[in-house]
Amino acid sequence: MGRQLKFKIFRFNPQNPESVPRMEVFSLDETDSMTLFIALNRIREEQDGSLQFEFCCRAGICGSCAMVINGRPGLACHTKTKDLPDEITLTPLPVFELVGDLSVDTGSWFREMYNKVESWVHTDKVFDPNAIEDPMDNAIAEEIYELDRCVECGSCVAACGTARLRDDFMGATALNRLGRFVIDPRDKRTDEQYFEVIGSDEGIFGCMGLLACEDVCPKNLPLMNQLSYLRRKMGVVALKQIFKK
Amino acid sequence: MQTIYKDVLIIGAGLAGERAAAEAAGAGLSAVCLSIVPARRSHSAAAMGGMQAALGNSVMGEGDSTDVHFADTVKGSDWGCDQEVARLFADTAPIEMRRLCDWGVPWNRVVPGKSKYFKGGKQFDKEEKEEKRGLITARNFGGTAKWRTCYVSDGTGHSVLYTMDNRCAQLGVEVHDKSEAIALIQDGKTCYGAIARSLRTGELIAYVAKATMVATGGFGKIYKASTNAVICDGGVHGAVLDTGVVPLGNMEAVQFHPTGIVPTDILVTEGCRGDGGTLLDVNEERFMHIYEPDKAELASRDVVARWMTHHMRLGKGVPSPYGEHLWLDIRHLGADHITGKLREVYEICTSFLGVDPIHQLIPVRPTQHYSMGGVRTNKDGAAYGLKGLFSAGEAACWDMHGFNRLGGNSLAETVVAGGIVGGKIVEFLKDYECEIPTAEITRTAAKQQQRIDDMISGKNGNENVYKVREAMQNALDKGAHVFRTEEGLTECVETLQAVLKRARSIGLQTDGYGASPELSAALKIEGQVKLALCVAYGALQRRESRGSHNREDYPARNDRDWLTRTLAYWKNPDDDLPTLEYEDATPSFEMPPGDRGYGKMQIITADSKEES
Ligand SMILES: Cc1cc2nc3c(=O)[nH]c(=O)nc-3n(C[C@H](O)[C@H](O)[C@H](O)COP(=O)(O)OP(=O)(O)OC[C@H]3O[C@@H](n4cnc5c(N)ncnc54)[C@H](O)[C@@H]3O)c2cc1C
Ligand code: SF4
Ligand code: FES
Repeated sequence: MGRQLKFKIFRFNPQNPESVPRMEVFSLDETDSMTLFIALNRIREEQDGSLQFEFCCRAGICGSCAMVINGRPGLACHTKTKDLPDEITLTPLPVFELVGDLSVDTGSWFREMYNKVESWVHTDKVFDPNAIEDPMDNAIAEEIYELDRCVECGSCVAACGTARLRDDFMGATALNRLGRFVIDPRDKRTDEQYFEVIGSDEGIFGCMGLLACEDVCPKNLPLMNQLSYLRRKMGVVALKQIFKK
Repeated sequence: MQTIYKDVLIIGAGLAGERAAAEAAGAGLSAVCLSIVPARRSHSAAAMGGMQAALGNSVMGEGDSTDVHFADTVKGSDWGCDQEVARLFADTAPIEMRRLCDWGVPWNRVVPGKSKYFKGGKQFDKEEKEEKRGLITARNFGGTAKWRTCYVSDGTGHSVLYTMDNRCAQLGVEVHDKSEAIALIQDGKTCYGAIARSLRTGELIAYVAKATMVATGGFGKIYKASTNAVICDGGVHGAVLDTGVVPLGNMEAVQFHPTGIVPTDILVTEGCRGDGGTLLDVNEERFMHIYEPDKAELASRDVVARWMTHHMRLGKGVPSPYGEHLWLDIRHLGADHITGKLREVYEICTSFLGVDPIHQLIPVRPTQHYSMGGVRTNKDGAAYGLKGLFSAGEAACWDMHGFNRLGGNSLAETVVAGGIVGGKIVEFLKDYECEIPTAEITRTAAKQQQRIDDMISGKNGNENVYKVREAMQNALDKGAHVFRTEEGLTECVETLQAVLKRARSIGLQTDGYGASPELSAALKIEGQVKLALCVAYGALQRRESRGSHNREDYPARNDRDWLTRTLAYWKNPDDDLPTLEYEDATPSFEMPPGDRGYGKMQIITADSKEES
């Protein structure tokens, strides 16, 4: 207790013709168990009501509040000031379109992502309200859930060298999403169909293996494992296609 | 101004909204969902525990049926619910769980063989059957006779919402996120859509539709301390009230959860106490056994919340910069148990509090958790008072929860009601034509633009919206919390009436450009204070105790005079109190009022005589 914290925050409101991108400094006295959620709301309510940022669940569940915190992408609600130095620099996630200050448009980016990977179960089974469910091995259900835990926060994309160089790269989150359907027995897509989606430099072959994605993922998803699994699987499909020609 | 035309406009892209959208789109209608946040960040994603449906696959659910689920729900509601709706819900829930299964939810499944489980901190054995291998399994939840809660590990809401949003993407449902509805387009008889404000640019957009649905979730954020997401603020409930013709049902029925953490009010699961955790006071002494010698910490949610509040009032709370609280102690459960079965609690404590629950106490207090009240609809989900307006999910008072909802019943309600009401909208639109109400669209948009301009120019005053909001939240936290009295509620209502005056004189402190968060808050504050008044005034008038509504001065449940649902109207925009009307709690009784079997309480029966 008793620390005076200095927040250096990126400010820019693209809707205001007079606004220019800049860093602004705010000071706050630190309180017990303070998180960036508490700190930013206090700044907005006590010092500058126009400060834009995104929070929703404030419990590390919904993925809304990712930003770059002292150089590293992460969930702001999940970050305690006590783990940070006296001076805290906050900037919006790169790659995503800026809405204003610390707020970016992750919704549009992720919608495009799941349209690209067709993030749904592909099947021609018609639901029968009178039938009992198809059984599934609990271990498989748990495996699917492990990959389903992504909260679409965008940290992995913001930290990714390839994504920052080329904006058509799908990113670890998209590949992880596809992987979730690859292991789901309800999805009837074949390896060849999956290859259509990710078998290119935009997808699995664009990854440079820098590991930053897994490092920043707040859900600790096994992103590197997932990438190399898909790369091996897709490599086999690629070979098959070369020999077919 | 941009105008967008659709068959169906759904305000809200949580589970209830998207389930209804899937139904409409599946029938070939054009549907759009509006949402403040991307659909997948809606608060449904935060529900961890699970959803109730009487599938009876687990051995601990043997003998379960939709009848037993129905009975648990009615008892849970303290007979405040509409029994026809509760019946419809219990019967449909199993089908919806199986549908979700086909759509891709990775439900946990039955694993045959022996395993262990905990109850009251003790270990027991169970053996799952071979013939149920791989079917949807269930876990235990409070207030239920059987294990009935279907789940996906510790992320049920997340997984179900992601699946639902996948399904909507597949069906071509549009979701316009960062779009905040601020007013309904209506003429006192028919609803034609809504005016929304873009949270990207600040522009107003008119959404015109033949059917409009409110699926905006709960409004917990009118309280200061709530487990709800920051966007559960009741903005659209304010807009509904503003029509003057649509009532909100049972607004005084608010659920408080015993263990919200302090600060940040994040929920830690009931499992902590279920597994043997205890509550301690400022002297680090247990107290629940003094009040409830039998059940102690394991009494029902409303009962524990009641005694915790009482104990803090006696001066036994722990002071902190974030207000008083008590302690939850799970240290004695040991490291293995805490990082295993209670992993999620461990993570919340370490990441948000910097508290290690293996060695340290967890600061908790009763915290606003769920809104039983909401937009009053009939059992088809059609709102009272306006043709073409529907509602489902936590936003609605459909009303299967009455005065207390059971854990696991609300997430299940979202998909059950979303499906049913979505289907009713499809039926409603079959031969429904309405003219495009050009004049109403222009009038409503102009009125909203005027409000915005006045707030920016400071024409009505220069009250600071954040201060006004805090005054409202403090009034409710103080006067309309776990315990309620004539005196406290009267003071609360008077305070809120003064706050309402201030809410009508908001002036922005900043420029209001673009997606200004200050303007967003300012646009809904008057509606929020009106909701707060519906809660407090409804509670003041209801002179009995039922479910979560505890009147210290009227401790008995009074089935003679109060087996009713409150309907709160705001008939004239300049009124400073709602107009309350009442209707029967249920059109018919499948199960007559009786004893819940927990939470001892006096009951004044329907046939007892009036006291002189
Ligand atoms: C911490 C927590 C845990 C819970 N756990 C459980 C559980 O285990 N089991 C259970 O059964 N229940 C649980 N509940 C309750 C349950 O999660 C909710 O009741 C349910 O998810 C509500 O779903 P919904 O679709 O009605 O609304 P929500 O999921 O809240 O969605 C509301 C939607 O409306 C949108 N919206 C809001 N305002 C506007 C506006 N002005 N304009 C446009 N869009 C708007 C939002 O963006 C969002 O898309 C829990 C609740 C909490 C708070
Ligand atoms: S994979 Fe991890 S870092 Fe990437 S979006 Fe999902 S949760 Fe965020
Ligand atoms: S606000 Fe939901 S993850 Fe931070």
